[in-house]
Parts: sequence; C-alpha cells; structure tokens
Amino acid sequence: MFYLQKSNQQLKAQLLKNDHQTCIHCGDDCGPAPIIWNNKPFCCQGCQTVYQLLNENQMDQYYSIQAAPGIKLNTDQIPSDDKFAYLDLEEIRNGLLDFSDGGVSKVRFFIPTIHCASCIWLLENLHTLHRGVIQSSVNFPKKEVSITFRDDEITLRQLVELLASIHYLPEISQQSMEKPEKGKTNKTLLAKIGIAGFGFLNTMLYHFPQYMPGSEHLETDFRLTFGWLSFLLSIPVLIYCASDYFLTAWKSLRKKMISIDLPIAIGLVTLFLQSTYEVASDQGIGYFDSMTGLVFFMLIGKWYQSITYEALTFERDYKSYFPVAVTKVTPEGNTTIALNELKAGDRILVRNQELIPTDATIEKGHASIDYSFVTGESIPVAKNTGDFVFAGGRQMGSAIELLVQKEVEQSYLTQLWNQDKKKADDKSAMSGIMDKVSQYFTLVIISIALSAGIYWNFADSSKALFAFTSVLIIACPCALALTIPFTFGTTMRQFGRKGFYLKNTAVIEKLYRIKTVVFDKTGTITHAQSSKIEFRGEKLSDEQTRLIKSLVFHSTHPLSKAIYESIPEPVSYEVSNFKEIPSLGITGLVNGKKINIGSQYFVTGDQSSAKELKTQVWVFIENKTLGYFQFENNYREGLAKTIANLQTSYELHLISGDNESERLNLLPLFQDHARLNFNQSPTDKLNYIKNLQQNGEDALMIGDGLNDAGALNESKVGLVVADNIYNFTPACDAILQAEKFASLHRFIQFTKTSMRIVWLSFLISFLYNIVGISFAVQGNLSPIIAAILMPLSSVTVVAFATFSVNFMVKRKQL
Amino acid sequence: MSVVFVLIIIGILVASVFLFAFIWAVRNGQFDDSYTPSVRILFDDPVSSKENQSDLTEDKSQKKQSIKS
Repeated sequence: MFYLQKSNQQLKAQLLKNDHQTCIHCGDDCGPAPIIWNNKPFCCQGCQTVYQLLNENQMDQYYSIQAAPGIKLNTDQIPSDDKFAYLDLEEIRNGLLDFSDGGVSKVRFFIPTIHCASCIWLLENLHTLHRGVIQSSVNFPKKEVSITFRDDEITLRQLVELLASIHYLPEISQQSMEKPEKGKTNKTLLAKIGIAGFGFLNTMLYHFPQYMPGSEHLETDFRLTFGWLSFLLSIPVLIYCASDYFLTAWKSLRKKMISIDLPIAIGLVTLFLQSTYEVASDQGIGYFDSMTGLVFFMLIGKWYQSITYEALTFERDYKSYFPVAVTKVTPEGNTTIALNELKAGDRILVRNQELIPTDATIEKGHASIDYSFVTGESIPVAKNTGDFVFAGGRQMGSAIELLVQKEVEQSYLTQLWNQDKKKADDKSAMSGIMDKVSQYFTLVIISIALSAGIYWNFADSSKALFAFTSVLIIACPCALALTIPFTFGTTMRQFGRKGFYLKNTAVIEKLYRIKTVVFDKTGTITHAQSSKIEFRGEKLSDEQTRLIKSLVFHSTHPLSKAIYESIPEPVSYEVSNFKEIPSLGITGLVNGKKINIGSQYFVTGDQSSAKELKTQVWVFIENKTLGYFQFENNYREGLAKTIANLQTSYELHLISGDNESERLNLLPLFQDHARLNFNQSPTDKLNYIKNLQQNGEDALMIGDGLNDAGALNESKVGLVVADNIYNFTPACDAILQAEKFASLHRFIQFTKTSMRIVWLSFLISFLYNIVGISFAVQGNLSPIIAAILMPLSSVTVVAFATFSVNFMVKRKQL
Repeated sequence: MSVVFVLIIIGILVASVFLFAFIWAVRNGQFDDSYTPSVRILFDDPVSSKENQSDLTEDKSQKKQSIKS
C-alpha cells in the first residue's frame, strides 16, 4: 500500500528550466545564489545545517541510499528554541512515554514526513547522533518511529529537538497522549488463523486414509486414533477460533435479527456434534476436516477484509489537531502549561505557525489567521487588537497575545465536533444486503432440513436425523460469507492503489446506495492551495515579473507563495532591505528598484476595494502602482466532467460557507439555483444533510475542512478531499487524494460493478449449495463429498471475486 | 504397524513447535510491520572509511547533473 516513493528528482529536474543547481539535501532549486558547503550546493541554510550535522557524524550514507532524501523546512517551520519546552512538563512527559522505569524510557512518534529508505536508515541510526539513544526502529506503513533512550543522557525534549534538527518533526498532539492499543485485535486474529490452520491441516491428514480406495480394510485401531485425534484438534478450533461467530450470532438473535453468522454457527455445531457421534459410535471419523477447514477459510476472509491503511486516520477528532501545551503569559514571565489547564481569562502567547487552541480575543499584536483547517480557505484573515478569534486558526506572522474567553471544551470548534455523535452506533443497524440474504437463506435451509427429516422419518426412520443434520452441514454458508470480504476487500485495495482510501469495506456498499451528492466549495471543488491568479492593470514586462518573483521568493505568506508559483521565470535578482509587514505586505529593493507588494491600503494608501469579494494583491514598482493580482477560485481539473457524469445518476447539491461571488460560475454545472447554497454555517450544513436524508435519500457529503465535520458525520458516507493525505482530515469514511478528483465519478460508479460481482458470487455459492443439498436430502452425504464440496465452493467464490474485480478495474480503466 | 503411531506423535509435536513459534512471533509483534524489514535488510553495515562514502555521494550528484541537462 505504501511503497517507497520513487525519487521525484527527475520530475523536479524537468521543472527547472534554468541551469540552477539542485539542493543535495532536498532536491529543490537552489536559486541564483546557492549556499555552498563542502563543494555541494544547498537551497537554504536549513538543508545545509542538516547536511553538515550528518557529514560530521559520518552519516553521509543518508544521501547515497536515495538521492536528495532530505526534508526541507521553510523558515516558518523551523521550531523556535523554546517550542518544545512543554515536553519538560512532568504530566505531558508521562502522557507521551510508552514506558519508563526511571533509567530507560520508550516513546513512539508519528512523523508524517517519513517517505523513503533513507528516512528509515537515518532514524534507525539515531544512536550515532546521540549516545543517549539506545535503539530506534521505524514502522514505515504507520510512519512511526519508536525510540528507547537513557533518561540521564537525553531528555524527551532534547530527543524531539534532535529529531527536529534533522528535519524530522514529530507530530505531537492531544491525541498522542492517549495511546490506543490498536494492533491487539489483529494479533488475536492472526493467532486464531494459526491455530485453525494447524487443526485443519492435521485433521485433513488423519482423514485422508478414509477417502482412499480400500479404506474399509483400515484397522479399527487407526480409525479410532485418527477419529479421537481429530476430535481433540477441533475442540480449540470450535471454541477459540470460531468464538466470534457464536457471539455475533447470539447478539443478533437477541436483537431479533438473523445474520449470516447464525447459519454458520448452526452449521459448525452440527458438524461437530455429528462427527463426535460418529466417532464415539465407531461409524466413521466424521467431518472434522471440513469443519476446521471452514473456520480456517472464514478467518482468512476476515483477515483479508481487516487490512486497513495504518498511516491514515479516519477517526480523528479535534484532539489530534490541538497542541498539548500552550504558553501562558503571567506577570512573572511566560510559563508553559498543559492545554487542559487553560482557563477562561488566561493570557496566552501564540507564535508564528501555532494554533489558536480556544476562542479568544486579541490583546496584543497583528493577527493574520489561516483558517484552512476549518474552512478550507487558505488565504489568511487579518485581525486586530480587540477582535474575537475562533479556535482552530493558525497564526501566520509574528507572535500575538490572546485573552482566553472560553475553555477548550466549550470552544466553538469543540462544540461543533461534539454536537453529533450518533453515527458510531448505527453500524449494527445497517450491514446491508448480506443480512437480507442471510435471513431468507437461513429460513430456507432450516425448512429444507426439517422437511428432509420429516420425509425420512416416514420413509426410513434410521436416516431421518442424518438427513436433517447433513442439510445443515452442507449448507453452512462459508462461501457466502467469503463473498463480501473478498469482493469488497479487493475493491478497497484497488481504490487505495488509485488514491482513494476507504475506512473499511462497508463503505463500498454505502456508496452504492447513495442517491444524492453534496459538495462543499472551498478546498473541495476548488484548489485549497493554489488560486487562479490574474494581473489587472498595466501589462507587466518580463523584467517586471522577474522583479516581482525575486521579491516574493523571500516571503512565506501564502499569497506570496501563490504569486511565486504563478510566474514561470526563474528568480533572477538579489533582494536587499527586505521587510515583511504583518497583514499588510512586503517591501524591498530588487536590482536597485524599490518594490512594494501587498494590500491596496499598503501599496496605494487607498482602501476603496476593501469590500471587494475577491482577494487582491497590489504591486508598486519604483515610482508607480502598476495594478493588482486578482485571486479567483481555481476549480479542480476535471470538475466539469466529473459533475456532468455524476449528474446523470445522482442529485447534486452544493453547500458553501463562502459568499455568493461564485454562484454564476457554478450555475451551469449544478443547473438548479435551489441546489446552490452559500453563506452556510457548519450547523446549517449539518441540518441540510439531515433534511436531505430524512426524505430517505442517502447522501454522500464531500468536504475537506472542520466546518464540514458535522455534515460529514451526519451523511451516510463522508468523503474528504485532501492534498496531503497524511495531514489533518476531519473524521470521515473515505479520503480522496486531491489530484484524483477527476476520477471521483469512476470510483462511485465502480461500486455498482462491485455489487454486481457480489450477486454473481452469491449465485455461484447457491449453485454449490443446491448440489450439496441434493446429496444431503437423499441421506447420502459422505464425509468425502463434504470434504471436497465445501472447500471447493469457497475457493471458487474467492477466486471469482478477486479475479473479476481486478479484471473490471482494468477494463473500466479506473 | 505401531511405528505409525510413533510417527503420528512425532508429527504432532513438530507441528506444535511450529504453531507455537508462529504464535510467539505474532505476540512479539513480528507481523505488525511487514514492510520496513524488507528495506532494512538492504542497508549496508556501518562503513567506517569516510572516503568511501563521499565517493558515493559524489557519484549521485554527478548523476543529478546529467538528469538535469
């Protein structure tokens, strides 16, 4: 699933139209003036520092496993000296550590930037960089590193700072404090498969002589030994390995429902009792091999279905997003306190790139807040002293002081999150077609078994009980139970390979039932990071665009970055006197010319267009204002086609938190005015979905930010579009990689194909059942027929499901 | 014929050893990560001579130059 990424060196090299060198560390363009150290070019000080550190510790191998494996940190990402001071707090330390005995501690970090073999190598050789590290090991699929270290030689804070110094920033959030025991269930399942396999293969061996011609000459001693050995081996298989089937069958019976597990449980018990009776009465050695085989196959199906994307989280709540500590401002100076100790009325300091943890008002400083996690809109909002700010924004620029208005638990964001939690338990209510099929199936099987029993009771009463049990045995719906895991499991894997990640296989069936598709606008159908940029005003000469690009190169503001990326020419000039004025603009001398770039007020002193719905960045070169860059929503590639395709079979809606400026652009796509909704608050969005679904229409909500969280949770399927799938995404059922947006309709439509394959597999398994039952009702079911028919049907269904899904994926060019 | 019984007992014992080895490996977390070890095994042992290493990186940077041009 998560293979090492191929070096993107070639791609980057193609993008470089100039003859600039690429950074040895990260492979980026070094610009006109690379930093040279040890005769090697670097794009920035940060990359050079890491190289130097590794070089001095003889760890150059990092650069030879994979070309340019390093991670580049922008200046605003480099942590300040006291950023990790909170790790010295006892309660936070205790929360993070997996294990500590006073001398040696163990900790696990999630590092989303782990991406290649070099990363693994470097992180596993941390002990070379610091002797306090005893051992470190990487779990690549989970993007986790676990480190054992000596407390007296390195503190947790120093350890994190060590990781930061080689640019592997661990993600430490509220959620990393509560370590869930995750892998546990998977381990139990594997152990069960092992035991069932052991039982299956051995009993098969003991049964084999019985199936050979001339088996009737086998000595009684052998038959008895083999029979009782099989009996012993199948006890743990029945009681331990198959325990889940009995439990779920019992649970659903108590809810007056019949699930697929009920006929399975009946079948297994009948198999066991019938076989035990046969062995005990020395009639034969029974069907123990079929029974253990069934359990073994079904457990494998379960395992196949349970494989998930470990590095992705579908269950994140606001806790995984919040920092673990904040800086509190007191008259005596700044102290670090744990987030849950924060009280209304506290004054806190929020530095550049830090998150606003709760609703507050600004006391000091210029805030420029990026709410992209909340709304999907990445252009920061300027706020001034006295203004109210909501939790969830990220400060861009210099540090600000805030007066806390509400505790974290009461903040708008947290409320938004907690308002609707009902979806978690409706899982048992809907498991769809399997349950419907198994209801009829169970009833039909039981009535066939009964009528066969009654018939033989009159015809030949010695056969009556046997006919009854053998119908129950042969009809045990193993193949039926394997259909869904293998069809949907394969579909899910294929989707994952193409950039569409599902939480579990049940999502496929839910997607199939969707009638309505609801889109969010900003960040979902538009690009979150890039906008369409157009320059309005005098036509810029090549020279002027180069000047502009050289200046914005030095700013980390998202708008500067966007302008930088929209200009294809290389950075050509050195900049002097560069200055960034928070929430206003940037200024500097480029090639001897003074350039101001920023808000209209900053550049012209005029504020007339402040009420304009669209974002503008004004430009002033040397002595006159040339005009402005206008930022427009940049719709994702293939949007029109995707919408047109979905339009044919689904009802489409749009709900946006934004103003109406885009209504006319979107109308041709969605066609109906009433289905375009603007200025919607997160609660409006949630209610909108609720209303839609009340009319019995299952809705698919496609969103991206926290403001969609309620709607995503309420809808039958919540789908999140993410530019970087390892970044924060709100809780959802599926994550779609943003660049695959154009294939969205193909994914949704493929669920119909999957469903058709499920029906065909059902048909195959029914055919086998009819053959088997025809033997059983005649009272002719011998162990050899069961031993051939039951595994054969399972294997056929599994092979058919896997093969046809893979085949259809190829044919439909998903 | 009784030798078959001895063989059966030996067979069960050997199979049980493997079963317990498997369960031990599962408990020990060896199946938690089926990908990283396949990369880890390809790493060279720590090389002490520094020249050797810088030669390698030299090669890489030359390669990069050729890709670019």
